[in-house]
Amino acid sequence: MNTQNTRVSLLDATQTNLFSAKAWSGIGIVVLFFALLPVLNLAFPAGHALHVSAFAIALIGKFICYAMAALALDLVWGYAGILSLGHGLFFALGGYACGMYLMRVGKPSPEIVPDFMTFLSWKTYPWFWSFTEHFWYAMLLVVLVPGLLAFIFGYFAFRSRIKGVYFSIITQALTFAAMLLFFRNETGFGGNNGFTDFKTILGFDITSPQTRAFLYWASLSALLLALIVGRAITQSKLGRVLTAIRDSESRLRFLGYEPLGFKLFIWTVSAVICGIAGALYVPQVGIINPGEMSTENSIEMVIWVATGGRGTLIGPIIGAGAINGLKTWFTSVVPEFWLYALGLIFVLVTLFLPQGIVGLVRKLGQRTKGQA
Amino acid sequence: MAVIYPFLTRLLCAALLVLPAYACNATELVDRAVLSGLASDNNNDKIEAITALGQLSNPGAAAILAALGEGKVLVAADGTVLVSVAAGKALNPATGETVTSPADAQTVNMNNRLRRALQAAQASAELFSPVAATRLAAAVKLQKEADASRTPVIERALTQEKDPQIVLALNIALASSAIKSSDAAVRTKAVIALGESKNPAFKQVLVEILAKDASGGFAEPSAEVRLAAKKSLEQIEDHQTIVSWVGNLFYGLSLGSVLLLAALGLAITFGLMGIINMAHGELLMIGAYATYLVQSFFKQYLPGAMDWYVVAALPFAFVITALVGMLLERTVIRWLYGRPLETLLATWGISLILMQTVRSIFGAQNVEVSNPSWMNGGITVLGNLSLSYNRLVIIGFALCVVVIVWLVLNYTRLGLFVRAITQNRRMADCVGVPTGRVDMLAFGLGSGIAGLAGVALSQLSNVGPDLGRGYIVDSFMVVVLGGVGQLAGTVVAAMGLGALNKFIEPFWGAVIAKIAILLFIVLFVQKRPQGLFAPKGRSAE
Repeated sequence: MNTQNTRVSLLDATQTNLFSAKAWSGIGIVVLFFALLPVLNLAFPAGHALHVSAFAIALIGKFICYAMAALALDLVWGYAGILSLGHGLFFALGGYACGMYLMRVGKPSPEIVPDFMTFLSWKTYPWFWSFTEHFWYAMLLVVLVPGLLAFIFGYFAFRSRIKGVYFSIITQALTFAAMLLFFRNETGFGGNNGFTDFKTILGFDITSPQTRAFLYWASLSALLLALIVGRAITQSKLGRVLTAIRDSESRLRFLGYEPLGFKLFIWTVSAVICGIAGALYVPQVGIINPGEMSTENSIEMVIWVATGGRGTLIGPIIGAGAINGLKTWFTSVVPEFWLYALGLIFVLVTLFLPQGIVGLVRKLGQRTKGQA
Repeated sequence: MAVIYPFLTRLLCAALLVLPAYACNATELVDRAVLSGLASDNNNDKIEAITALGQLSNPGAAAILAALGEGKVLVAADGTVLVSVAAGKALNPATGETVTSPADAQTVNMNNRLRRALQAAQASAELFSPVAATRLAAAVKLQKEADASRTPVIERALTQEKDPQIVLALNIALASSAIKSSDAAVRTKAVIALGESKNPAFKQVLVEILAKDASGGFAEPSAEVRLAAKKSLEQIEDHQTIVSWVGNLFYGLSLGSVLLLAALGLAITFGLMGIINMAHGELLMIGAYATYLVQSFFKQYLPGAMDWYVVAALPFAFVITALVGMLLERTVIRWLYGRPLETLLATWGISLILMQTVRSIFGAQNVEVSNPSWMNGGITVLGNLSLSYNRLVIIGFALCVVVIVWLVLNYTRLGLFVRAITQNRRMADCVGVPTGRVDMLAFGLGSGIAGLAGVALSQLSNVGPDLGRGYIVDSFMVVVLGGVGQLAGTVVAAMGLGALNKFIEPFWGAVIAKIAILLFIVLFVQKRPQGLFAPKGRSAE
């Protein structure tokens, strides 16, 4: 009877406190601010004091997609303690599915094969690309392909209790293998150049500022949705089990839980979110190539999460924005120092900021509270 | 002599090789009777004369043949054959005198038939060249353009030949000529000889014997010869299969030893100490750059000892990378013991810094590291499989390093301490093992081995700032597959992966082979998460 009561009260607690009122208003203000940027871009002519350049919109749109990927990674790493070095793969898979749709609808007829297939003397699209000229089917692929791959891979990995660094290394190997596969010309994934030359999306001109603004808003809403979903999951009882897996998987097992399902669930959800982020990313940057699957990219995602603060959901978003902002600045001003800076961030964050920026802010907040 | 030289310099390459003999024996005369055929109007006479010249085993005759090819043989009105030397001057090969070319002299014109005869004759003549390489080349040429008429020349050459390689080539040439014989017994013998040679170059000849012509009958009338040809063909093909297997095995071992060298340091830092060192690849790269530095130093100050710079690079690279490793351990990694995922991130950051540092110092381009001369070339086994010395050296080197590491871990105090810490860090600390210092030294050892591997890699591949990146995934795979903390596992895994890779490659290509291997490891680890050689008992988790 007693346990029944606590369970009910736990459920109550999780359902009502998705975010505190203060957090809700904070999120609202930030989202509103970023949502307004494209409006400023469209409403004011270039040169006006309030004008936001199209470049900035494209850049921030890109960062939002990165933030979403980081958030997905935080769900598995920050909460379940599963460090993936292969989220670049899911990101790229979503991107490839979306890129194929964009490439096909950009041609006079979706049946015309792209150049790289002409070079292979393929007359028609191979089976795995069939129907990709239909938007909704392509979007289904965006969700299904990373999701299924993650599910199958995760099932085998978690079932044989591969964890910790082994899991990380295996995901890295998987991504590496996929990158080699996509780099091949004859596999039908466009080889080195990937997919590019996008012209329209759902009939709209992909380069027009209005379409770009729409894509930006779509990314922003997707990020907000991912944040709420992530929060809902981590605040639920399931989220608590995940945290328990992170802290002591063996103990949880002794208590009678089977971690496989929990891990598999969060792993698949994370991959799907990452795939969606990739799909939103591709129309905004205009290209997808196997470079997105490189080892470097996936590890960079991890450092966004670590810098922002893992296990916080908000942190990865801040981290992705901060690191990519720095990267943009460095690569345009002093490109030869960017790797030094990134390397130092890796070292310093792991040594001195284990909880990331969010952790630092919380600590400082507690200290001032303590003094007052 | 002074007149002869400019003439000689204009000769063809083959003739040039005969030069020393010709120069010191310029009076090597050619019988007038043989030459007279060239003056004839009848092509058959000319061919006879050319063939006769080819049989002469006389360098003077070879020079005339070469001159014929260049259109420099003149026939005077009286039938004297002359070789044009310079403008208006000509040499009479029968007397050795240089005379003014007669105004009425006519050049001996060549047609296709004559040219064919000339080429064959030249090859025959070259069989008696004093230069071994020329003789070998001529024998090989005769193998390809076999003709029954050459048999006597080749047989004669065989009686004089001492060099075993040329003797073999001549024998093959003899068999190829014999195949064109009209006597079936001779053909059968020749076909068998071709099979014995196991040389894939003859496959085509044998296939042609077995082929059917347009009307459906066999090109070769004798069933006995066909049977022998079939057997010989099988013999050659079997041999080729063996060669390709041995070749795959060799290249597999070579790749495996590279993987082993790359992974061995990791087997210590990751396997024994539990540190995920993502900068391991960059330590390999530093080792390779250390080799480059030593090479530059030798080039500048010790050019005489250039051949041994690689040997000097070994201790240098070991010390440099070991120092870098120990510095990393003391400054960064020691704070992260027990937090493997954080170590992974921090060392990745270090790898970025190291890479960019090297790029800033040496530039983004690859630097040139050359093999010492004793590593060039190779030995040829099984007829046509060449094993290059640098690969052989690296296989041997990898084995040496393994043995040294094994000795260090099992028979030194440091090794004892490392193993103690691996088994139970806290307990080792309690009984007085200086864990901090041992960690530093063990990490230095692992890094130093990476430096040694870098020296080996510099002899095989390009040396550039990205050198290490290519090896990091592979070396982790080796360690994971072999089983953590198991030296034997690392060796078996590296060699196994290397060989597997090379055996898959011919069927699926290099990239697909690599993907297949990675997937294989992913699946393998599903089945045996502890790796090939799992620790047993309490230390197994």
